[in-house]
Amino acid sequence: MANPLSESDVRHIATLGRLQLSNDEIAMMTEELSAIVGYVDQLNEVDVEGVVPTAHAVDVQNVFRDDVVRDSIGSDKALANAPERDKTFFKVPKVLDQDTV
Amino acid sequence: MTTASDISESVREGSATATETIKSALSAIAKRDKDLGAFVFVCEDHALKQADRIDGMAADDKRRLPLAGVPIALKDNICTDFAPTTCASKILDNFNPPYSAHVTKKLIEAGAIVIGKTNLDEFAMGSSTENSAKCITRNPWDRGRVPGGSSGGSAVSVAAGMTPIALGSDTGGSIRQPASLTGVVGLKPTYGRVSRYGLVAFGSSLDQIGPFARTVEDAALLLGVIAGSDSRDSTCISTDVADYLGSLSDSIAGKKIGIAREYFGEGLVDGTRKQVESSLEKLRELGAETVEIDLPLTKYGIACYYLIATAEASSNLARYDGVHYGHRSKNVGDIVEMYSASRVEGFGPEVKRRIMLGTYALSSGYYDAYYLRAMKVRTLLRRDLEKAFEKVDVICSPVTPDTAFKIGEKSSDPLAMYLADVYTITANLAGIPAISVPCGFDDAGLPVGLQIMGPAFSEATLLNVAHQYQINTNHHKKMPV
Repeated sequence: MANPLSESDVRHIATLGRLQLSNDEIAMMTEELSAIVGYVDQLNEVDVEGVVPTAHAVDVQNVFRDDVVRDSIGSDKALANAPERDKTFFKVPKVLDQDTV
Repeated sequence: MTTASDISESVREGSATATETIKSALSAIAKRDKDLGAFVFVCEDHALKQADRIDGMAADDKRRLPLAGVPIALKDNICTDFAPTTCASKILDNFNPPYSAHVTKKLIEAGAIVIGKTNLDEFAMGSSTENSAKCITRNPWDRGRVPGGSSGGSAVSVAAGMTPIALGSDTGGSIRQPASLTGVVGLKPTYGRVSRYGLVAFGSSLDQIGPFARTVEDAALLLGVIAGSDSRDSTCISTDVADYLGSLSDSIAGKKIGIAREYFGEGLVDGTRKQVESSLEKLRELGAETVEIDLPLTKYGIACYYLIATAEASSNLARYDGVHYGHRSKNVGDIVEMYSASRVEGFGPEVKRRIMLGTYALSSGYYDAYYLRAMKVRTLLRRDLEKAFEKVDVICSPVTPDTAFKIGEKSSDPLAMYLADVYTITANLAGIPAISVPCGFDDAGLPVGLQIMGPAFSEATLLNVAHQYQINTNHHKKMPV
């Protein structure tokens, strides 16, 4: 049986999931995901006509809290684990290409 | 092995000090954990400071502490502002949380002392604790075997007597399965019974924090401390916390126990079946009545679970982007490359696999066929159980189809590893509580667990049945050598 997923499908998913997978990983993942997707396809045997989906098993209701100002953790604590910072900012590589600026 | 309730009583009464207790737990860890690998971090300074604080308390204040001076181990996906929290992942290698989890605070208020953080499958994804970037955790009953997972470190800490109690998290069986494989008690509470604030998210509609202990009584004591509402987790339920200790000694005569043939079918090995069936006999001797029930959709649980859990995980794990905390790749050009390179370097193979599966299940064109369909099957699985609980008080089953497997035995076949979760995942999908209690040993001397499930918020009943079983058997008194 052909794999339900092709390598190009897997490359597309990796892009969506922001994972820069190597060619070897793509090949392995294609095999493994195909096996898993082949298995989960058995859900097609279940008649779900008219069934309401469950996102949360216990009924959840909206919870309001008082609209009051409270202390936050402050920028030093918030930035303490940052891989790179500049004063009170998280520092990241450039977001826009030079051409698009 | 001294229980948490004994330790706490001695410290409250002044016949022992918290400092002595903590020093002895630290030396037990130093001696036993070298070849077990349960701990990824031991917070010696923090623990001794806390012990000193408790020893310095006025007698009246000390008497109010339900867990006075009791050493406890926390799974390393529960945030502590005094110790790193890594989820056993390279991506959180040096992460020091700016705040503590709700349960961490509740424990400290109750007088418990966090002595260390325990190993897990990376981000709680796995059933063997082998998917850890930190270390291998070994089963104290046979060091060539896995302790189960993902809360393997917490299970081993209790099984080997390094701490009397520990906390784990359970998304698809991650407390009950390692409890079963290491011969201790493990409880997954009702979804919403315990706040998830400060628990690193995996599958947000499935995750719950719960206790490990040697005795059901200690599990009840610990659950009573951590359960209850928290405004910072809006899915946390404000229903009153039951008196878990108070109902332990109730008789179980007349209790109706459901037995579903779907939990005793193909795949269940004889050694496990034998022990579980003899535990059901024991429950009948104690006056309970067993009733046959049908849970025909059980076999679809795994497929349903692995779509929902991975979909939620792919969304939750999007936050690891190398910007705010965690690993950042050095090989980067623009920001998208930075995200993708940091993530591929920081996550291990199982986490990548699950992010991929979850992303696929949620992606355009496949959402209806996979994620939406799985959520509908989830509704049907829930209804199956609700119908069953109209006839019975609890449902008993094995926790796992087999006892602990050898390290490396299943790591090349991810699907085979998933299939072994068949008995535990339904409770997570339905949001109901379930406990694993030791019920004997197979011919190789490996522990077997009995699972007891109940309707939402029936923790007191589960603990009652498990306690009555435990005080009338001796399995929990045997310790690994």
